[in-house]
Amino acid sequence: MSTQTALPLLSGPELGERLRALAGADAVRPAAIGDAIGGVSAQWVVEPHSDRDAASLLRFATDAGLSVIPRGGGSKLSWGNPPQRADMLLCTLGLHRIVEHTWADMTVTVEAGCTIAELQRALAKHRQRLAVDPLWPERATVGGILSTNDTGALRLSYGGLRDLVIGMTLVLPDGTIAKSGGKVVKNVAGYDLPKLATGALGTLGVITQAIFRVHPLPAGTQTLQLQPAGLPSMQRTILDLLNSDLPCAQMQACLASGVAPALYLGLEGTEAGLAAQEKAIRERAQPMPLSFATPEVWRARQELWTPPEEGVYAAVAKLSVLPSKLMEVAAALDRLAQARRAQWRAVLQATGIGWMRVEAAEPASAVELFREMRTAIESGGGSLTIAPLPPRSAAAELVNGGATSLSAENVIDFWGGAGDALPLMAAVKRQFDPQRTLNPGRFVGGI
Amino acid sequence: MTQQPSNLSATSAAAGVSPGVLAELRSITGERGLLTAPVDLRTYECDGLTNFRVMPQAVVLAESAAQVQAVVRLCHRERIPFVARGAGTGLSGGALPVANGIVISLTRMNHILEVDLENARMVVEPGVINADVTARIAAAGFFYAPDPSSQSVCTVGGNVAENSGGLHCLKYGFTTTHVVGLEVILPDGQLVHLGGSALDSPGYDLLGVFVGSEGTLGIATKITLRIVKRAQCVQTLLAAFNSTNDAGAAVSAIIAAGLYPAAMEMMDRLAIEASEAAVHANYPPCGGLLLVEMDGATAEVEANVEQVEALCRSHGAWEIRRAKTAAERTLIWKGRKAAFAAMGRISPDYIVQDGVIPRTRLPEIMDEIATLSDESGLRVANVFHAGDGNLHPLVLYDARVPGQEAAAERLASRILELCIEKGGSITGEHGVGEEKKLMMSKMFAEPDLETMQRVRCAFDPLHLSNPTKVFPRPRLCGEKGGKYVPHPLETAGVAERF
Repeated sequence: MSTQTALPLLSGPELGERLRALAGADAVRPAAIGDAIGGVSAQWVVEPHSDRDAASLLRFATDAGLSVIPRGGGSKLSWGNPPQRADMLLCTLGLHRIVEHTWADMTVTVEAGCTIAELQRALAKHRQRLAVDPLWPERATVGGILSTNDTGALRLSYGGLRDLVIGMTLVLPDGTIAKSGGKVVKNVAGYDLPKLATGALGTLGVITQAIFRVHPLPAGTQTLQLQPAGLPSMQRTILDLLNSDLPCAQMQACLASGVAPALYLGLEGTEAGLAAQEKAIRERAQPMPLSFATPEVWRARQELWTPPEEGVYAAVAKLSVLPSKLMEVAAALDRLAQARRAQWRAVLQATGIGWMRVEAAEPASAVELFREMRTAIESGGGSLTIAPLPPRSAAAELVNGGATSLSAENVIDFWGGAGDALPLMAAVKRQFDPQRTLNPGRFVGGI
Repeated sequence: MTQQPSNLSATSAAAGVSPGVLAELRSITGERGLLTAPVDLRTYECDGLTNFRVMPQAVVLAESAAQVQAVVRLCHRERIPFVARGAGTGLSGGALPVANGIVISLTRMNHILEVDLENARMVVEPGVINADVTARIAAAGFFYAPDPSSQSVCTVGGNVAENSGGLHCLKYGFTTTHVVGLEVILPDGQLVHLGGSALDSPGYDLLGVFVGSEGTLGIATKITLRIVKRAQCVQTLLAAFNSTNDAGAAVSAIIAAGLYPAAMEMMDRLAIEASEAAVHANYPPCGGLLLVEMDGATAEVEANVEQVEALCRSHGAWEIRRAKTAAERTLIWKGRKAAFAAMGRISPDYIVQDGVIPRTRLPEIMDEIATLSDESGLRVANVFHAGDGNLHPLVLYDARVPGQEAAAERLASRILELCIEKGGSITGEHGVGEEKKLMMSKMFAEPDLETMQRVRCAFDPLHLSNPTKVFPRPRLCGEKGGKYVPHPLETAGVAERF
């Protein structure tokens, strides 16, 4: 198909007509202010009903030199650098079915636009779950959590999304529909493309379907709270528990400026098992006070993204360090925040992954703070990436240049360093998306 | 009888490596680091899959990442294909040399470089033996989880190439679950770092793609591993059933009850017979033997094992034994781990396969294998990872009998086809290598294979790194599917392509 139109780039109503011809009139609408991505407006929103339609749309966009921004629930749409251009927003919500829950084999095949909450409800019918606890599960979709690799405290015992995904259908910008992995957990045939697409922010292809391994829901759960005397005690306790033979399903430290830190432990098991675990932890932690806590504490991570009060700037970043460095990070954050008269809160998980929220009177303080933290963390082999708040209002995002999120103001690189493999990553991108159709400029190193 | 594989690399034009290049290799490796005499090269002409043999032009015994890099740079300059090799225990011909190419052996790079118990990390060279990783940290109560049956010989680098599993991967995962960082020499000689010691490094998960890529994307020269604390309590039991179907039903019930064993293995009558003849683990003679291991917190394990026993009994187990000591536990597993090697007691030759099926379809495929066995007159012993549906049918034959080898190969292929038909995989842990690359076209459609090869083109556009493995047909790199389409800016006369 090579005849090009007279105009070099399709736009406006003519583009809309072509899209309707491909996806159906009911699947296409003009983009509104609320569809902006990191402050960049889109032209059209398309919502294909099948991966074949998605493939046609992508192939058309690539041939016409247009850019495509995939979107699921949109809860993390502003994560990543703002796109260099945004012609078509490809919404995956039309692909939302749970295709097959083979509970006896402990796997599930699900389309990318299905929300996490919907998926978990379906799996719970056979007392199973996808063992991951991402942000905003009622809104976040399978494709979205995979593309951003968003995981919570359950990662400690169940692994991350790259360990849970076993198969995937990816639609490439040239219209190829590619399957990889399979329906069985044990499978080493071919390259592990599901891992490659996980965390790739939709820059290699659009995920339309994924196959996951699922786990049994625990018989019972319990949350315990420990109150270490200070950061050094917190660090020692985390490492001691991690390296003991006491199995904790989840472990996170909640800290904030001027507040005593707390360590939360999530346990899973039978009633007898839970009682024995609690007793063992109590003995091991002595004389540190131990109490019971409610499961709400595991929402502390999500609460970091609460919109701030008027006149206050808030920003959130994700960090990843070795577990033994967690409290060093907290101490550095406290020091730097005090120097800039900023407030902070952090949820640091025993895996070494954590999130910190900074609140300051103006964005420059927060930006500088994150820059300093990033330098310190990267020198220790870790990483710090920005995780913007959902826009307070879409209009505010455009008019104020994204007053509540840093990266919309383009003052700090979203990702930080990608190391010496960056040219190789660029080569992979060129193989999958040579025309830079998908999310151009949004990934590390401006890929 | 040896086979000629479809093995000629697309880029190797020259008939051999010139004396000049050999001299240059020797200047990198030193005299003791390069093998060129045919009698020495013969050791490397095959791996654990002995019916494919190809003589390499030379073998490099690398001692450092710097040497590996210099050798790969030379290969890149001279367009010489290379195959990295660990212990050579692979069962799919992954380390089979490529004609007109060299082998780069990593076994001399066998040092454990760092142990960080606090963060549960270790850094090792690729030639370190799998079991030695655990041996180093066992006293501190840690272990390295992927435990293939060849673990006393196989190397971590090989495990990385194949994404090796083992008996405990049901609960603990595979090699990819336990590798967090790699130092890699790319096929053009560049040294890069994939992943790191902290999780979720920004960028594409090239680490996740590299593990299991069977040596086709480059050579790992340093590997950062995740180690795991031993559980508080381990309980191992065996249960004897009249048939593998009965045992399979018990497995399904265990899974349905939400129990999560660390390992679940099954053996059929023939496999038990062979194993007993070799290692005398004293298994009860039965139609289907189930081995189950539970680990975790003591109170939890005690409760769960009771439940497992009850489920086994209610599904027909007529004998159940629990290991009471570490020695008993080791013996229970010894029989299973020795199963392949034990086949030599009951048959002159065998072909082992590595198919995977959804676990619930195990009874079906066991019936079908029994039928195929009857029809061909060849015995098939079955050993499998019951928890994850990974079968190892061992097709027994005698190569001295005309036609038996071919019949055995046909049977083995047919079993893999059945696995695909049932929504499974052609390989759960042994890899595609040379042996199963044609079957890749049955498991995946052309667009799927073409997409995977795009990754290969990014890493190895010249097809030098283990080039003839995994994919049935190489994709020329730099080609785009479909006809050339000018960019709209070109059509508008705004830009030129040059």
